[in-house]
Amino acid sequence: MKPNNARELNLEFYKKLYLIRTSEEKIIEHYFEDEMKTPMHMSMGSEAISVGVCQALTKQDQVFGTYRSHALFLAKTEDTDDFFAEMYGKKTSSLRGKGGSMHLCSPDYGFMGTSAIVGSAIPVALGCAYANKRAKNGKVVAVFFGDGAVEEGVFWESLNAACLMKLPIIFVCEDNGLAVHTSKAQRQGYDSIIDVVSNFNCIVCEEKTTDAEIIYKSISKIVEQMRMEQMPCFVRLEYFRYLEHVGVNEDFEAGYRTKEGFEQWLKIDPVKLQRKKLKESGLEEDEICILESSITDKINNSIKAAKKAKFCDVSEVYEGVLT
Amino acid sequence: MSNGYCQTYAPISAQGAGDTEVRKISYCQAVNEAMFQEMERDSRVFVYGIGVPDHKKIFGTTEGLLERFGSERCFDTPLSEDAMTGLGLGAAVNGLRPVHIHIRIDFLLLAMNQLANMISSFGYMSGGRLKVPLVIRAVIGRGWGQGCQHSKSMLSTFAHIPGLKVVLPTTPADAKGLLISAIRDDNPVLFIEHRWLYWQEGEVAEEAFAIELGKSNVLRKGTDLTIVGTSWMNAEALQAAEILDKRGVSVEIVDPRTISPLDDEAIVESVTKTGHCIIAENDWLHCGFGAEVAARVSQKCFGKLKSPVERIGFAPTPCPTARHLENEFYPNAMDIIRAVEKKLGLSEMDLSEEDFYSHENRFKGPF
Repeated sequence: MKPNNARELNLEFYKKLYLIRTSEEKIIEHYFEDEMKTPMHMSMGSEAISVGVCQALTKQDQVFGTYRSHALFLAKTEDTDDFFAEMYGKKTSSLRGKGGSMHLCSPDYGFMGTSAIVGSAIPVALGCAYANKRAKNGKVVAVFFGDGAVEEGVFWESLNAACLMKLPIIFVCEDNGLAVHTSKAQRQGYDSIIDVVSNFNCIVCEEKTTDAEIIYKSISKIVEQMRMEQMPCFVRLEYFRYLEHVGVNEDFEAGYRTKEGFEQWLKIDPVKLQRKKLKESGLEEDEICILESSITDKINNSIKAAKKAKFCDVSEVYEGVLT
Repeated sequence: MSNGYCQTYAPISAQGAGDTEVRKISYCQAVNEAMFQEMERDSRVFVYGIGVPDHKKIFGTTEGLLERFGSERCFDTPLSEDAMTGLGLGAAVNGLRPVHIHIRIDFLLLAMNQLANMISSFGYMSGGRLKVPLVIRAVIGRGWGQGCQHSKSMLSTFAHIPGLKVVLPTTPADAKGLLISAIRDDNPVLFIEHRWLYWQEGEVAEEAFAIELGKSNVLRKGTDLTIVGTSWMNAEALQAAEILDKRGVSVEIVDPRTISPLDDEAIVESVTKTGHCIIAENDWLHCGFGAEVAARVSQKCFGKLKSPVERIGFAPTPCPTARHLENEFYPNAMDIIRAVEKKLGLSEMDLSEEDFYSHENRFKGPF
């Protein structure tokens, strides 16, 4: 059921933001145990984007992510059992240890997959959008990628084809200004991607906000407009990557960015911001605490179950190469 | 005939019912007929790629498809091999059955990332929940001065990647039956067609039929020596076998038809019988399919071999354009005959009266 009033919506945003943030905090807490043997590319800082966009989509709508997709996976599925089972590589995961943190997949929830090769999921999303258009099923596909992906040829090939074929696809550029450790200034020969993309026959939009509600409203409007005008959309959403490129630590000492920059963004942290909004809307502190502790319990239970679960038989490695 | 290569497939046969003679059609018509019949049978099948609906019709193999099935199911694309290959993957996981065509396999290399990083592993990475019923048809082969970027084969490169099936039919019947199977398969299939084979004719049943992927075929029975051929090299091997027959040498030819997965049973059975094995490969040899066959033969026919396994293939160079250099680059029936003679300790026979295949003197079958 989709929440239909502002208060319910804000509660929904917070639940998802808190779920994502706490799941990643738990990863940090347990990672040193060395049982989650998968390279973690943490979403921390970006949660409002996944939550806002996914809230504007239906369960049947489809998304594609990148190797940094914890937030997107949990925003779309809220399935912490499957999520942690895969982080631990256990039999109880629907991927049975074949994906790890970088290759999450949950087609039943419309989470179609990711790629750890920058830009590579973009044309696959295009194909899903093509099939949806052919089926006239009204589904929208949202493909998430970073600002580095717009330097890949396949992004431009896909954008061109989507505009030409008028496909129901949203290109979501999660712009953190970094490709691993390299800034945009060192990579891009233009000032504004929006200016460039504006020359294509598509809807363009950008937001610099950590407010999931603002993103939700923008994307909801865009989805309507896409339906009316039979056009794809490119949206650029800025965020600050809190942690290192890969791993669960901060790395401000490395010198490629400053802690001051981080502190500016921390003031408008998406989870804290949403919590503040809930309180302003009249929710009591203890009501929020109850909600938070139920989410934390759910996560802890998922972790406990994942740790306890068995690994699948090694013969599993040979399963599913071909059907 | 609109393109000089093959006739439009006519769904209504000129031959009456009960006609006992199996009709002969070209390889090109067989491919076209398979496309037509599968698109007729299953509305999820669509065909696309650069130049697919234009007047040249991919050597004629897409003739009539646009007119019958419309531009929604038969369409041209931007020059974006990478994205268009990804599009095939996405369409396939969402339930369609795409056939993506590359008029030169060299162009498919632009989509190597999608093939090797996405398509081959997408089903595996979904825990088996997503199926990828995608066919990529790619044309290989020599023309006339095609040069190094319009003539590659790359068979082994693709066969090396787990999760891709690699099919390369030699006969018209195989072209039809294997393409139908490829389209009905729930896995990604790379379907490789040699352009010189388009003109060969053979007996092909009119109704749709499927030939199981991953099964070898004995193209010619023999007792003295086994040739394992891929694609066009089977045509060369057949000619070599006919010429060698004149001096009493009996050659058996095994066409694996699908190099991944590879059914080595027929190869092993044949080499066990003959004790000699030559692999005539339509590709470079280094780290190639022939090396795989040689390894399997040495493993499974050890003790039965009367001579070391021999390989014949392209020169280990880029493909040149001038005819005399091109002739040196490509192996042909004469090279096969000389290799057989050497292997069996025979003197070189006089081949001066023989007429070998060339661009002008192309093979027209039948097999």
